[in-house]
Parts: sequence; C-alpha cells; structure tokens
Amino acid sequence: MAEIKSNMAGSVWKVLVAPGEKVTEGQDIIILESMKMEIPIASEQEGIISEIKVNEGDFVNDGDVLATID
Amino acid sequence: MLKKILIANRGEIAERIIKTCTRLGIKTVAVYSEADKDAPFVEHADEAYLLGGPRVQESYLNSNRILEIARQTKADGIHPGYGFISENAEFAQKCEQEGIVFIGPTPDVISLMGKKVESRIAMEAAGLPLVPGISRPLKDADEAAELAGNFGYPVMLKASAGGGGIGMQACSNEAELRKAFEGNQKRALMFFGNGDMFLEKLIEKPRHIEIQILSDADGNTVYLWERECSIQRRHQKVLEEAPSPFLDAETREAMGKAAAAAAKTIGYTNAGTIEFLVDEDKNYYFLEMNTRLQVEHPITEEITGLDLVEEQIRIASGESLRFEQKDIILDGHAIEVRIYAEDPKTMYPSPGKITDLKLPQGAGIRHELGVTSTSNVTPFYDPMIAKLIVKGCTRSEAVSRLKEALAQYRVEGIKTNIPLLVDIVSHEAFQSGDTTTDFIQKNILKTNTVSS
Repeated sequence: MAEIKSNMAGSVWKVLVAPGEKVTEGQDIIILESMKMEIPIASEQEGIISEIKVNEGDFVNDGDVLATID
Repeated sequence: MLKKILIANRGEIAERIIKTCTRLGIKTVAVYSEADKDAPFVEHADEAYLLGGPRVQESYLNSNRILEIARQTKADGIHPGYGFISENAEFAQKCEQEGIVFIGPTPDVISLMGKKVESRIAMEAAGLPLVPGISRPLKDADEAAELAGNFGYPVMLKASAGGGGIGMQACSNEAELRKAFEGNQKRALMFFGNGDMFLEKLIEKPRHIEIQILSDADGNTVYLWERECSIQRRHQKVLEEAPSPFLDAETREAMGKAAAAAAKTIGYTNAGTIEFLVDEDKNYYFLEMNTRLQVEHPITEEITGLDLVEEQIRIASGESLRFEQKDIILDGHAIEVRIYAEDPKTMYPSPGKITDLKLPQGAGIRHELGVTSTSNVTPFYDPMIAKLIVKGCTRSEAVSRLKEALAQYRVEGIKTNIPLLVDIVSHEAFQSGDTTTDFIQKNILKTNTVSS
C-alpha cells in the first residue's frame, strides 16, 4: 500500500476519485487550492484507491496523507 | 474630507492606504482574518477588528460583517482596495444605503463594467474600438469566410463552450478557416455538447496597455498616461512599466483622450483603468474597465507625482479635481515588479514562514510591502507579498536600477519569483522594449503556445 501526500499547505478543492477506483500512474487524484491556484496531486503509481482521507473543503498541510492506494 | 476610513482589504494594499490616510490626518480601521492577526497592517491602523476565519467567505468577502464594523466604529468611508469586494456593486449599494461612502464609482457603473458583453457594448457606444468580431454564433463556414474577409486574416475561431485555449484555432487563410470550422464544430459538439462558433480578428504580437483615469462627480475627467502590463504569467501581471516603451506621443494622447471621454460618457467617478489590447501597428482595442485602484498604480504615481489614494479619497469626499489635463506631468520612467511567494520554475505557490527579509535601498527605489522578516505567508490568499518599484530619468536608468535592486533583494524561508524577474529584466528582448503578452512563454520558458 502506498500513500498519496500533499506537497503544500492548502485546501482540498476537488476529490476526483472514489475508493475502489482504478487509477494509473500520473493520474490526478485530488486538486488542492493554495494561494488562489489549483494544484493537481497525481498518483505516483498504478493501483486501486483504498481510502480517501480528506473531504472537499478540508485544510491540509505539507506532507499530510490525502489518500492510500493498493 | 472623510474623517475615518475602514480598509476592507489586507496585505500591502491595506498598508498603502493607511500611509496616505495617516498623512492626511484621517483615522483608519483595519479588518482582518484570523490568519492575518499578526500582519503589519493590523498593527499600523488606528483600530483593528477581527472579521472571522481565514477563508475569504468568512473574512474579506464577509460584507455584512464589514458593514457592521463600519457602523460600530462610525467610519464614514470604506476603501475596498483591489480584489475581494472592490468590484462588488451590491456592496457599494449597501454602503450607499447605510450612508457610508464607498471609495469608488457608483453601483450602477460598477455593475455595468463588470459584465463582459454589456460593458463592450457600452464602451463601443462611448467611442472605444473593439477587436473586430461577432457576438452571436456563426451560421456556417460560408458566413465565417465572409466575415474573415472583412476583418482581414489571421482570425481566431472560437468554440462558445471552450475556454482557456481549448476549442480555439488561429487561421491564416480561407482554406484553413473552412477546414477548422468543420472539424472544430464537430469536436465542440462532441466534447462540450455545444457547436456554437464565434470569430474574431487575431491580434498578432499583442500588448496589454492600460490608461489610468480620474473623474470627479462634476464630470471633470483626466488621464494619467498609460501603463504597459504585457509581461504576464497565467494571465496575471508580473512586471509593469510607465510609460510604455512602445507607444509614440501621438498614440499615447489618442488613447488617453479616448479613455477619458469614454469614462465621462458612462458617468464614471473616482479612479479607474481602461485596459486595451494594442497590435503591432499601434491599433488599440478595448478589453475591459477595472473600476478600482490597480495593483500597479505606484508606477503612475512615480511619473505624475500624484498620490492616487489621496485623489480617490478627495473625489469620494465630494471635492473637485484640483488640476486639469494640461497640469499632468510625465516625468521619467517607472517599473514595478510583483514579488510572488512561488517557485520560480514551476510557478507553483510557496506558502510558509519568512525567516529573513532584506530590501534594497537607494535613490529611485520604492517598496510596497505586506510582510515583515518574520511573517507567515498563508495559503489562503493571493501569493503577492510585495512590490518593488524603481524610477529613473530614462527607461535604461530604471532598468539598471531594477537589476541592481533585484540582485540585493533577499527573502529567506519561502521560494519567490525573484529569479524569474531577474531572467526577465536581463533578457535582451526586455531591454529593447520588445514586450508582448507571450514574453514569458517565448523568452523565458521557451515554449510555443498560441497566445490569445
């Protein structure tokens, strides 16, 4: 299992996938909003999303786990 | 004159407004979010009140709370700065109902200029040229070809439902246009479910040049020359200069007169900016009007010797302009760069804690700052933390001052766009004044994207 982490402080703008969904390497999983800019967070590997740990609107810090992938 | 002004903004512009108010003996009320409780503008205002949480809806867009504080503190004016509620006609209306002066134009004018289609119609009627194009969907490829023949090639074919460059294609002759029409309409239908197509003359090597105007309630209107703001990233300005290195005296005067006359026709009051697209033959076309103070207003102040915030307050207080067009000077050359908390390569934001800040000092150097050497730059707002403004007798003197100042500018703890600014200013194309809106893509990132 791997973790998809936030690379900066910001708010969760959009969650693009749901648990159980198959994703490919480089696919955007979540879009953060920081300083009025949308920052896409992509999966670094192919797999199945096991858990989404944040909700749209949540505030996250650099390094927080956003989702896990199997 | 107004006695107590509430500043409905944050950061460098709140500081900027406080400075002028203090000089004029006007009391200031700051309003702030939880994220800004330690910000310098909160400390520098005469009074400061918490709006709410860090998110803009809870704080700087929370118009009811802002008005409540204005009532409680008996502020007789509200300065909205730029962004946030500065172009919110409904807020301006509420101020009027409460008997509080909104420092800006009337709600009707704010509302009219805020609408994309209506503002173009109004400004065309007021005498400003628009980019040739049509505002209803094309019937077919034959109509597109006929119109393009009238506008002159190249033209830009746009899908109504597209955006951000998607569904747009530049065509340099009729064969290309006919082929693009068939293909793009089919694709637009498939992707957007809407095949409506529009056509516009393509402005090649465009520049973004804007005219600053001032109007009082008696209808006296002056223009304060232009600002060239072509150097942008993600459609946000990065560097601005006044005067434009591209305009000649004749075009400068023609644009200024046209802008002032249009502002007068629509009943504009206070400070405003009319933005134009200018092509390589110095034809200018109306883009939009900003009904507020602009971020880049300091360069106009540097070349005219005026304090635009003071003029705004005087006009809002009901005073007439104290000068006529012939009194407006154009002295020297000024350049502003915006210091953004962002990675200079990826241009992604870089919030965090500033650990050190050293500002260049010297003749012809001005700073507008929203942070200190210990500030925490939060992810909740715009990444602009400061502006560096330089002035010289000539453009080349201003450019050398800017290069020296940037070399001495130190921000530690967060990433900033200073390396990008250094690249821009050192580039031969910038030094020769070859500044079109694709400057960063073409000269710095070296990618070939079609600019619009």
